Amino acid sequence: MLCESDFQNPAGTRQALDRIRDLAAGTGPIRIMEVCGTHTMAIARCGLKSLLPPEVRLISGPGCPVCVTPAGVIDGILRLTEDPSVTIASYGDLLRVPGSRRGDCLLRRKAAGASVESVYSAMDALALAQQRPDRQVVFLGVGFETTAPGTAACIQEACSRRVSNFSVLSLLKQTEPALRALIAAPDFGVDAFLCPGHVAAITGSQAFRFLPDAFGLPAVVSGFEAGDLVFSILELMRMLAYKKPDLVNEYRRLVKPEGNPAARQMIRQVFAPCASQWRGLGEIPEGGLAIRGEYAHLDAALRFDFQPEDAGEIPGCRCSDVIRGVLDPQDCPLFQTVCTPADPVGPCMVSGEGSCAAASRFRQLS
Amino acid sequence: MEEVITLDYGSGGEKTSELIHSILLPLFDNPALAPLGDGAILSGQEQLAFSTDSFVVTPWRFPGGDIGKLAVCGTVNDLCMTGAVPRYLSFSLILEEGFPVNALREIAASAAAQARQDGVRIVTGDTKVVERGKGDGIYINTAGIGFLRASGLGQDAIKKGDAILLSGCAGCHGAAVLMARAGLADAGGPVSDCGSLLEVSQAALSAGAIRIMRDPTRGGVATVLAEFAEGTPLTMELWEAAVPVDPAVAASCGLLGLDPLYSACEGRMVAIAAPEDAEAVLAAMRQAPGGEQAAIVGEVTDRYPGSAVLNTALGGRRLLPRLTGAQLPRIC
Repeated sequence: MLCESDFQNPAGTRQALDRIRDLAAGTGPIRIMEVCGTHTMAIARCGLKSLLPPEVRLISGPGCPVCVTPAGVIDGILRLTEDPSVTIASYGDLLRVPGSRRGDCLLRRKAAGASVESVYSAMDALALAQQRPDRQVVFLGVGFETTAPGTAACIQEACSRRVSNFSVLSLLKQTEPALRALIAAPDFGVDAFLCPGHVAAITGSQAFRFLPDAFGLPAVVSGFEAGDLVFSILELMRMLAYKKPDLVNEYRRLVKPEGNPAARQMIRQVFAPCASQWRGLGEIPEGGLAIRGEYAHLDAALRFDFQPEDAGEIPGCRCSDVIRGVLDPQDCPLFQTVCTPADPVGPCMVSGEGSCAAASRFRQLS
Repeated sequence: MEEVITLDYGSGGEKTSELIHSILLPLFDNPALAPLGDGAILSGQEQLAFSTDSFVVTPWRFPGGDIGKLAVCGTVNDLCMTGAVPRYLSFSLILEEGFPVNALREIAASAAAQARQDGVRIVTGDTKVVERGKGDGIYINTAGIGFLRASGLGQDAIKKGDAILLSGCAGCHGAAVLMARAGLADAGGPVSDCGSLLEVSQAALSAGAIRIMRDPTRGGVATVLAEFAEGTPLTMELWEAAVPVDPAVAASCGLLGLDPLYSACEGRMVAIAAPEDAEAVLAAMRQAPGGEQAAIVGEVTDRYPGSAVLNTALGGRRLLPRLTGAQLPRIC
């Protein structure tokens, strides 16, 4: 198996951290946003924030796919579990995410008797459908460009195998339109982006070229080990210090400039860009992916006439501000008072990749 | 046709007796069990340790062990952690209608072999059968009695400056089971550490002053340390770079989105030892079977009272809270 241990604490990390400190003395306060939940967790896990100078703040953006799924959509899914013919197959992350009613989530519904299964991939859900011909298996296709190709491949496979009791609810999101919406918001205040390595493996690093070219924002495509993160931040600090915004691919061992064209073609064959609701960001044109007409018979939204409910947020929950990076988890009035990992209120505390979960599970110490 | 468990096996009648006499008795054979009374009559008048645990693992066979071995080790290890030498076990089965009899035979043989190795006798037990769909193949409950050999172990005994020891690699069992469950178990993948702590715990106790021992099962090493610190003025400081983690476990945890420090062990112990005895305890643990990879992985301080803390390999420092909820597979 491939181990990433070589990148966990490579030689020179300490010097790189010193250099970041030197550069920060010149730049003054800097806000760097990561837009990938796996980055959020990796940063918290290795204790990076406790090593950075106070001028350099890392903030989490809309990078957790389950956190950006609106409460009303979750409510719709929870209602779908009430159909006695339906088995929901979902990635584990989504099981605890509440809709608009506190504590109501798929895991709670499962305990109360609803048919809900946790799967690792769309293909596992398809296999489940074939093992259980008496059930209508609905796979919750959540994620960004990372999970879209696998979901597309599964839909094509289900089509060729003519599986009639399987369908996919596409909750897939596209990264670039969301970043553009974030930047266009009046309260946007980010100086540089740490770009998601897994997404870039599919889209190519060039997909983030618009950040420096159109907006003058430095961008580094980063891997997920501590060493990757330190050297990526150093690269961003250099660009900021010398005022030369550019795109750098730090994760070259996995990410090519052109990405994975075969995977992108598969996405295009099965999905078409569509307007999509994001928690915190509202409706984003081309922010989502909808199943194309030729696969309509596998679209759970059509099969079950799925309608997101017209629901607001849980009262007091400020996850939508946290998702946009305008509110630090620690500054939310509910953080660690009413909202804790053991008794979470909003999705950012629930999800394994949520920024509030990262902030409370891996609280940095000085 | 494959012989399977039917509801008759739980009737309490002939089939139940057949199950006991043809499978269980020959394997667990000993004088205390032989009369098959309502309970076993045991000798002993020392201070006793008493513990129980239930086992529901799926799949029942996993790389490195099976539910039978696990059911014996689980209770044996709980007794060992109190400072006792385990002596007697109960062994109760809840079987689902349709469970293959050969699988039961394999599981019982594995439990018997482990019990023999640890010098414990299975002296009483029970068998129930539930309808198909009402159970998950096989559940086992064991309870055990041990004779106390060490006293004064406990959270109150932990002092500032003490050393934190771990008897082997972290997180192997959790990673092995989850990989098997995901259909990803193969050669070179993680292997469960399912095993007895009898020798390694006795070795530690005889080598120096031990404050407390615990086997980090569910919740893993991190949760045990968080519990040790809770409600005390002390800090359990763990050094990430010193914690032995098998490369296959690290890779699997990366793949599944799990943290080895929160992944269950079933044959490891965390021990806190007096600083002056730490090296001797470490050497003794390494001599014992299952303790070859033991390491000193941290120390007790008072920098963050009531908390466990991780000093990361990168040089950062963060809180190490107890596990909340089950570790669920994640997306990317």
